[in-house]
Parts: sequence; C-alpha cells; structure tokens
Amino acid sequence: MNLLDRFKSADQWALSRAITLVEAGDPEGQALLREVYARGGRARIYGITGMPGAGKSTLLRNLASVFRRRGDSVAIVACDPTSSFTGGALLGDRVRMGALFDDKGVFMRSLASRGHLGGLSLAAASVITLLDAFGFNVVLVETVGIGQSEVEISEFAHTTLVVLSPGFGDEIQASKAGVLEIADVYVVNKADLDGADAAVKELQERLQFLGANRARDAAADTESSHVSWLPPIVKAIATRGVGVEEIADRLVAHGYFLATSGRLKRQSRNRAERQLRDLVSVLVARKIIARAEMNGDLEQMIEAIEARETDPYSAARYLLSCWFP
Amino acid sequence: MHLGKRILVAKPGLDGHDRGALFVARALVEAGYEVIYTGLHQTAEQIAAAAVHEDVDMIALSIMSGGEISIVERVVAATKETGAGAIPIIVGGVIPKQQRPALQDLGVQRIFGPGATSLEIIDFVRSYLSAHPSAERDWQSS
Repeated sequence: MNLLDRFKSADQWALSRAITLVEAGDPEGQALLREVYARGGRARIYGITGMPGAGKSTLLRNLASVFRRRGDSVAIVACDPTSSFTGGALLGDRVRMGALFDDKGVFMRSLASRGHLGGLSLAAASVITLLDAFGFNVVLVETVGIGQSEVEISEFAHTTLVVLSPGFGDEIQASKAGVLEIADVYVVNKADLDGADAAVKELQERLQFLGANRARDAAADTESSHVSWLPPIVKAIATRGVGVEEIADRLVAHGYFLATSGRLKRQSRNRAERQLRDLVSVLVARKIIARAEMNGDLEQMIEAIEARETDPYSAARYLLSCWFP
Repeated sequence: MHLGKRILVAKPGLDGHDRGALFVARALVEAGYEVIYTGLHQTAEQIAAAAVHEDVDMIALSIMSGGEISIVERVVAATKETGAGAIPIIVGGVIPKQQRPALQDLGVQRIFGPGATSLEIIDFVRSYLSAHPSAERDWQSS
C-alpha cells in the first residue's frame, strides 16, 4: 500500500509521514493534501495559548482525557519556537503526557516554528488540515503566548482558549493588544493560589471594554445574527483536574454559538482567505528570490544597498521588474 | 529542507536520572536538530507511539540503571508493530561492556558510555542520518 492508501485506512504512521512531507513543502505531501482535503471540515479545532508557566500542558492533558471520555478522538499539535541561531528546537511538550498515548485515540505532534516570524510555522494550518481529514474529532493546538503566534492560532481555530495564572503580577496589565482580545474562553489556572480572585476581577474589568467593542461589531455585522459571545472566565486547578469539565463544556458551547449565529461560515471563509493569501505571498517571494539568487541580481542589490547606491525599496522593485514590468 | 532532522530522546523504565538525557538533547538542539524529549518513565509502547507520531529519524535511549537488553528488545518490538519500518536506535548511559554485543544484535546502531562527548554523539548522528536518510527507510513492506 502506498502512503495515500495507508492514510485513508486510518494508519497513524502514514498520517505522521504525511505531516512530515507537508511540513517540508515536499510535492508528495502537497499531492496527498490535495487528495484528502475534501475529507476535512468536521473536526472541532481549539487553540490554547498563554504564557509559559501558566499550566497549559497539564490543562491540555486533562482536556484531552475529558474529550476522550466523552467519545471524541483527539489530536494535539504543540508548537514551539525554533532557535534562530542554530535552527534546532527542543520540543518538550510530550513530557508528563505519556499515559495519554496508551490510548490509540490520542495523537500528538510537536511542531517547530522553523523560522516563521509569527511563531506558528507556515505549515501548521496544513498540519491541522491533515489531522482533520484523517478523522480526528477534536484538534487541540497549543502555542506559547510569546510573539504573535497566539494571534495567528485564533485565525485557524474555531475556539481560542487563553490560559492565565495568578502570581504573574502585572501579566494582565502587561498583556499586549491581541492576546486577551482573541480569547473565546479564559482560564485562570492555579486558582488555589493567592491572587486568583484578583486576577479574575482584573480580567473582568479589562473585558468590559472588549465587550463594548464586540457588541458594536456584532451590530455592524449584517451577515450573522446580532448575538455576541461573552467570553466566560473559568477558574481551574489543572493539576487536580478541577474546572476541566467546565472548560470542555464552554468550548462545546462556543461551537454551538458559532453554528447558530452564522459565525462559523464567516470563520471558515476567513480561514480559506488567510491561507490562500499567505501561501501566494510565500510562493511568489520564493520564486522571485530564487531567480535573483541564481542570476546574481540579489547579491548585486545587497551590495548596492550597503554602498548606499540604492535604497531597499528601489532594490526590491528592481528584482520584481522582470516579473511585473 | 528539514527532512532528517528529528530525534527522539527517551528515558525508558524506572530510571530517574535525566541529566545525561537532557545534556544530549540540548547538544543536539545546538547542532540544529529538532529534539522531542519524552521525559521520564516511558514504557516501550509510549516510546514507540512518540517515534511514530513525531516521525523521528532516530531514537536515542538513555539508560542509566540497567535492564538495557529487555528495554531495547521491547522498544524494537513496539516500533516494529507501528508499521514505521526499522527506526535506527542509539543507546547512551551506563551500559556494561558485556551487554554491548547483544544490543548490537538487536539492531542498536551505536552505544555511548558515560565518557562520550557531545561532539562524538553529534558527529555520529549526522553521518549516520546522511548515509541512511529516513525518506528511504523501508516502511512499505512492514
């Protein structure tokens, strides 16, 4: 049996090799993706992000167990940064998850960002697609809340979970624009610690402003119903499994909201547009740079910029000029 | 292309000493590899599951407290069952000399004792993987 046939017969090894090929931009991977793309669109995709130390991994493990108990098959994607110096990456998200994998209904893949500026690798969306097409009911995508990766994940997921914990002091205050805004569900983990209630209160205050924005957006939105989703704040103690069932319930509830409000369709359209635009940009840039490298234009322009004989914009336009006169 | 760059560093069994494994993991990351670290107390089946899910090019087992023969036997058997083909295995740790031939018979490609330097390990991994790319591993017939 070839790779595609094994993939279609639910062979996890074939899934894994397909992910490798797609991640590497290999034509065989892209061909397989084309073949199986139509099978996707049924998985529920949850993005989970938050600062390191907030307890995401433990929460992830517990969430996966809860969904398994409820009869879902679960795939986890854990994204970690690639070192820009060495090109290597330490992918340690499987630590303490071992027992989960005694169950064949749980699959986990660790992805390194591989130089993608946003933190999420370019291929991450395609990896999620493969897991969806393979047949997993739930795909949990974990990113670290540094850089822009958490904002990106919200564009690929149906529902985004942001995990916070008390004891980070000004974490909520310091949270840059975008991190808090993207959450559909907030979790204040380590809720047994001092400061948990204060953290919840701070979040609620911050959300008041967000709430006003969302209501305004909902009113301006003529395509879907004028209902908006008020992100719940759930207190949890992931190490003890406290609050995890409630988190799962909220994730599912958000799914119902998306379906009944018409948001699901718009999300799906945005996702398709985002992927297409990203891929076109990358593929075009690659082609242009490859040609410029080959014929020496790139090096020539770099030297000219260094010598201040030209500026970067003019240099870039020059490289484009043979393609777009 | 990033094919041929993923290494699984695993701690099987009851052994609780992870300093060596973490040292090697970090050295491999410095050398440009994507290293999946499993953490402690892995069963052979969990190691095999990790190797499959992560499509690793090589499995590095860290064994400090004995039981190396039965551990390697079980890891080889478990990975064979996954249909991934024969994933190359290296072993590091405290391995008595008289056990080494048996490990080699089981298919272990190289054994690194406590004195091994990170340079030795990286050099081996690099040359082994370029000579035996995982893209050419025979998984079709398994």
